[in-house]
Amino acid sequence: MSTAAFKFGPGDFEQVATERRTQTLSRPSVSYWQDAWRRLKDNRRALISLWIVIALALFTLAGPLLWRVDPAAQDLDQVSQPPGLPQVAVIVEPYVPWAGIMATPVPGTAETLAAATPEGLRLVEPATTQAVRLAWDPVPGASGYRLYRNIFDPEPDGAVGLPVAEILDPGQVSFEDRLDLEPARYWYSVFARDEFGAEAGDYATVTVDATRVVSAAEAETLGWIGAAAAVALGDEIVLPYHPLGTDYLGRDMLSRLMYGARVSLFIGVVAPLLFVVVGIVYGSAAGFIGGRVDQLLMRFADFVVALPFLLFMILFKIAFGIGPGESGIFPMLVALVLLAWPATARLVRGQVLQIREEGYIGASQLLGAKTTYLVLRHMIPNTMGVILVTLTFAVPTVIFTEAFLSFIGMGVAPPTPSWGSMSNEGLRTMLTHPHELIFPAIFISVTVLAFNLLGDGLRDALDVRMRGRE
Amino acid sequence: MAQNPTTGIPEGSPSGTRGDPARALAADSTTTVPARDPLSRVAIRQIALLAIASTVGFVLLMAGLSWATNLTSSSTATLDAIDVETGTVTLSLTQEPPQLDSTRLTDSVSGRILGHVMEGLLRYDVNNQLAPGVAERWDIRADGATFWLREEARWSDGEPVTAHDFVFAWQTALDPATASQYAFIFYVLKNGEAINTGELPRESLGVTAVSDRVLEVEFEQPVAYFDKLVAFQTYYPIREDFYLSREGRYAADADDMLYNGPFEITVWVHGAHVRLEKNPDYWDRDGISLNVIDFPYITADGNAVLNLYRDGQIAEVNGLGAESLDQVLAERWPVGRYSDGSVWFFQLNHRSDHPTGNYNLRKALQLVNDPGELVYKVIKIPSNTPGESIFPTWLKGEKGLFRQEYPAPTVTPNVTLAREHLEQAKRELGVDEIPPLVLLADDTPGASKQAEYYQNSLMQKLGLEIRIDKQIFKQRLAKVEAGEFDVALYGWGPAFDDPLTFADLFASWNPNNHGEYANAELDAQVRIAQQSTDQATRMAAFGRIQEILFEDVAIIPNYERGQMYIQDPRIRGVARRAVGADPDYTRAYIVTD
Amino acid sequence: MFRYTVKRLIQGVITVWFIATATFIAMHSVPGDPLSGERLANEEIRANLEARYGLDRPLFEQYLIYMGNMARGDFGISFTQQNRRVNDIIREHFPVSATLGILAVVFAALGGILWGALTALFRNRLPDIVIMFLVILGISVPSFVVAALSQLGLTSLNALLGVSILPVAGWGTLLHMVVPSMVLGLGTMAFLTRLMRSSMLEIVNADFVRTARSKGLPPTRIFLKHQLRNAILPVITVLGPAIAAITTGGFVVELVFAIPGLGRYFVQAVQQLDYTVIMGTTVFYGAFLVFMVILVDLVYGLIDPRVRLE
Repeated sequence: MSTAAFKFGPGDFEQVATERRTQTLSRPSVSYWQDAWRRLKDNRRALISLWIVIALALFTLAGPLLWRVDPAAQDLDQVSQPPGLPQVAVIVEPYVPWAGIMATPVPGTAETLAAATPEGLRLVEPATTQAVRLAWDPVPGASGYRLYRNIFDPEPDGAVGLPVAEILDPGQVSFEDRLDLEPARYWYSVFARDEFGAEAGDYATVTVDATRVVSAAEAETLGWIGAAAAVALGDEIVLPYHPLGTDYLGRDMLSRLMYGARVSLFIGVVAPLLFVVVGIVYGSAAGFIGGRVDQLLMRFADFVVALPFLLFMILFKIAFGIGPGESGIFPMLVALVLLAWPATARLVRGQVLQIREEGYIGASQLLGAKTTYLVLRHMIPNTMGVILVTLTFAVPTVIFTEAFLSFIGMGVAPPTPSWGSMSNEGLRTMLTHPHELIFPAIFISVTVLAFNLLGDGLRDALDVRMRGRE
Repeated sequence: MAQNPTTGIPEGSPSGTRGDPARALAADSTTTVPARDPLSRVAIRQIALLAIASTVGFVLLMAGLSWATNLTSSSTATLDAIDVETGTVTLSLTQEPPQLDSTRLTDSVSGRILGHVMEGLLRYDVNNQLAPGVAERWDIRADGATFWLREEARWSDGEPVTAHDFVFAWQTALDPATASQYAFIFYVLKNGEAINTGELPRESLGVTAVSDRVLEVEFEQPVAYFDKLVAFQTYYPIREDFYLSREGRYAADADDMLYNGPFEITVWVHGAHVRLEKNPDYWDRDGISLNVIDFPYITADGNAVLNLYRDGQIAEVNGLGAESLDQVLAERWPVGRYSDGSVWFFQLNHRSDHPTGNYNLRKALQLVNDPGELVYKVIKIPSNTPGESIFPTWLKGEKGLFRQEYPAPTVTPNVTLAREHLEQAKRELGVDEIPPLVLLADDTPGASKQAEYYQNSLMQKLGLEIRIDKQIFKQRLAKVEAGEFDVALYGWGPAFDDPLTFADLFASWNPNNHGEYANAELDAQVRIAQQSTDQATRMAAFGRIQEILFEDVAIIPNYERGQMYIQDPRIRGVARRAVGADPDYTRAYIVTD
Repeated sequence: MFRYTVKRLIQGVITVWFIATATFIAMHSVPGDPLSGERLANEEIRANLEARYGLDRPLFEQYLIYMGNMARGDFGISFTQQNRRVNDIIREHFPVSATLGILAVVFAALGGILWGALTALFRNRLPDIVIMFLVILGISVPSFVVAALSQLGLTSLNALLGVSILPVAGWGTLLHMVVPSMVLGLGTMAFLTRLMRSSMLEIVNADFVRTARSKGLPPTRIFLKHQLRNAILPVITVLGPAIAAITTGGFVVELVFAIPGLGRYFVQAVQQLDYTVIMGTTVFYGAFLVFMVILVDLVYGLIDPRVRLE
């Protein structure tokens, strides 16, 4: 009871300082992510790659806002135009079909025909990109005529070029060429045909310089000029400018590359995100629950891993099909996710199993941490690095897969552009119009390279073993 | 993709995880090598030695193995596409011939090979005129035909070709168990259709071998063009005892076939190599100049074929694409052209639940269609011509060419008038906007390009939204058959050399009339053309069919297809044709100058 | 060891069953129809065809028949080549793909190890920079572009020299195989170079190397016995999956260089919806992959004593 007599009053207590430094850190505290970022910044290649990735994102997202050209708009007057300066065209009358020139066939013998050369081959009216109209004098004994066109001089070896016309009527001594005319020089050659359809005698050649023309009405329909009435015949107008040239249907390459980037990068980024998320959920579930369930889940993942990837990619692609008007991006995403998730799932499961045994988890549990807390505070942050690296490395793979599918004709549906389908189309014209292949191929390569190097950098930066090293 | 095997998908494969390339790569930035370490200099020398040794070893191994393969292989690789001394021409095929059994043949590559190694009763000569084949003379009547076979006709094992071989082949093609897609081509024979549907036994076919050398044919109805039919590949002979001895493997390999044509297959490595050699038993062997036609390359890749020609490995390139023409001109190669016979058009869906069932909408489409623009600006291959009719220009008419006797009605593109028809169509359909039209196309580059062109052009001219439905070959076929389209890019090639092969396409009973177009007058005209033997009457009927198809806008013609080719100028006498084996080298010869 | 092998083999068989089932389901959910023809005559012709391939039976019955045949190693008859068995097709075309693949792996492994070791020794100097640049190029350009460009380059080279030093396409002699196998192996070679380089770098200053050096061993011996050998180990690990990926990934090279391999056949079969060929090829490749991986694991266990197979 004696203690009861001694009473503490408020005055007996003194507040202890809330902060009391027992130790001081000689260096500022650096979190895991800060440290990683610091090391990433020191890696020049990774940093450049990061900037490239940012630039690509801007190109994709902001590009179309700045360069407002419809990627689907076709300009059939400027097909497969290489990069260069803007083109001009002269305003002319609209195209009117031409009846041609008929003459009475002149009779002749096989001998005279065999020695004959068509004469009087001439341009009937100035050559334009609308039409080139030619006429010549009838050759005695000819059963018809055959015309060739070349973009090179047929001399000295008589390489007359493409057979552009086969005239079976001996009375017809004229020809109108409308095939893919460009403002350039052409050499037209004409042969007389004998009765068996073979070329008789020698050929005559005429050189023609075509000028680029357009009719006012056409220019208005294509939106090149405000109103047809505003221009007069003979005026020169400047055609829409295509800084990176045009493709095989006269579509603007720059704008197609931007929209193609949307498709390629969308698939390249979203598909890995999706299968990584699926993989995280699946893998952490397996790792956490453990035991029989783990065995079962991982066995199933093994099955999926064993499916031949490209073969199944193709199978799924045709199984899902592409409906009318669809781009085919969605089936490709689904197929990718269905096939690619197990890699991440395995990785995450391994990490979870490993982290579960770590001392700090035990400590945390002893302190009464709940599962949710453990997952959010320890598991996810500690696996994040590995996942981020996986994600970065998955992007190039998916971009390549998309390009491969386009190559075998299983890519996105037209008119949707993607870098893969553009490269595949460019492949066919790589000798005559290399820009159609080079640009999309460069974009693929740069993107793949940037993500690979960034992945390397991230892996180095996020590797815990390297913390604090220079 | 082979490109990136380990950073890619296989990283998840069972053994990929253990090696952990990631950790190995990470080491890059951790360790530093003293640059001037004496060790590295030694090592460099070592590596250089190793590199040289392994390169030399590799080359020696290659050389040795290549020498060894040359010892064992029967054929020596010719260095030139044309070998004058041995009479050899080297060519390429676009695909492995899928089916050399004439009763089941459907594709042109098989047709090309088979046309060199087999011969029917009649054949086409170099100028594409009918010529006697196994039959030396024949007589075609309203109710049947008689063929007298030549005595010298031999199979490649020396046995004579008899009338029984034709009876057996034709019965086999019609047998339901054979399941031949081309069985319909025998339906003109008496009981042909009933046998194919299993109602009658195959022996009841109206074809009999009167003797070994006389073949008697009975018709179901008059067939004015039967001489052309018997030149078709499904009508080739097959010898019964040999066919049965192969136990279902007939024509599966080179020695599972008997040949009666100018050549025989001596090598057939599937997917890689087909070699034809002159058949010493062929009756007209003196008319055959080439000894060997070799196809050691099988590829559909246009660039690869051009590279092979440039390298002097093959003597021809078929089906030049528009994009390679400039290169061809720069190389100064001789270019030829010919029509492959096919006609391409919009197959329109006439079912009433499709907007294209409406006449005014179809009329609007017809009025804005500009085949000239398609051919000259989009396809850009000089051998194609703008389409005007379902009947191509090369078809023969009564005396001259059919299209000169019956010119096709033409349409002048007129956007204003087309828009009026479009408004009319909207009123009739009771809609404010025409729902998006589904344009069904193949997944070939050419078809995609055309589909994209039409999508843009119809939007620009009529404000019509087009949804492209691009499908792989078989899926496109299935969709066309099921009628799941509004407009389909569609081509039709001739099965035999008569306008009827195009004319009956839109008869209401024809299963290939996928748009279910039905017109009683057209049906009546088709019946006339089928049953009449008078050419003037038949041509008049075809002329009327051409008009009906135009007036009703049953189809919209796009283009007539032609092929551009490069052929080594040292070869002459190659036949190129719309119907039958193409290109045909049987009577080709090499010139030396 | 024996028990482990048996266990892995049983797992392998189950996996192949899974692949076969997945292929069957995928194949039969594909819209379209392998029997569609360009020229249709009547329903009877179609019915004849369906009966021939058993497509008129219920799906589950088809599955049982298919699994039964497969268990006997019979993949059926091709739809497009009606007188050829799928087994024959695989037997004729797989060796081509395999030959190409093996050559590509040899090329990739030799090249990768050599280049990798070289770059590690010349770290951050000119040879390293040049080689790494080429390697990076090899990894980042799509393979079909590389294949087409190398064919074009070869043609131009032949034209320039006036003689055909190497064939530009086709198959038959070993000369035909040189360029395609190099193109096919390029990606793997680039990857192995990087791997070898870092693996070398890690080992150059390892304790046992330092020990060896301090013992006074000749540098040549150290390089060959201690460094190269150890550096190659991780490279060998990834070779297994690389072989499988290369052998099944020859599509592009086979298409571009006109090589009659199974990959090209598969792409054609898909276009034609040739059910039996597609299923046969997929299951065959799947089984090949599965057993390849098992084999590599077992062999690796024998080579590297540190790996314990449990």
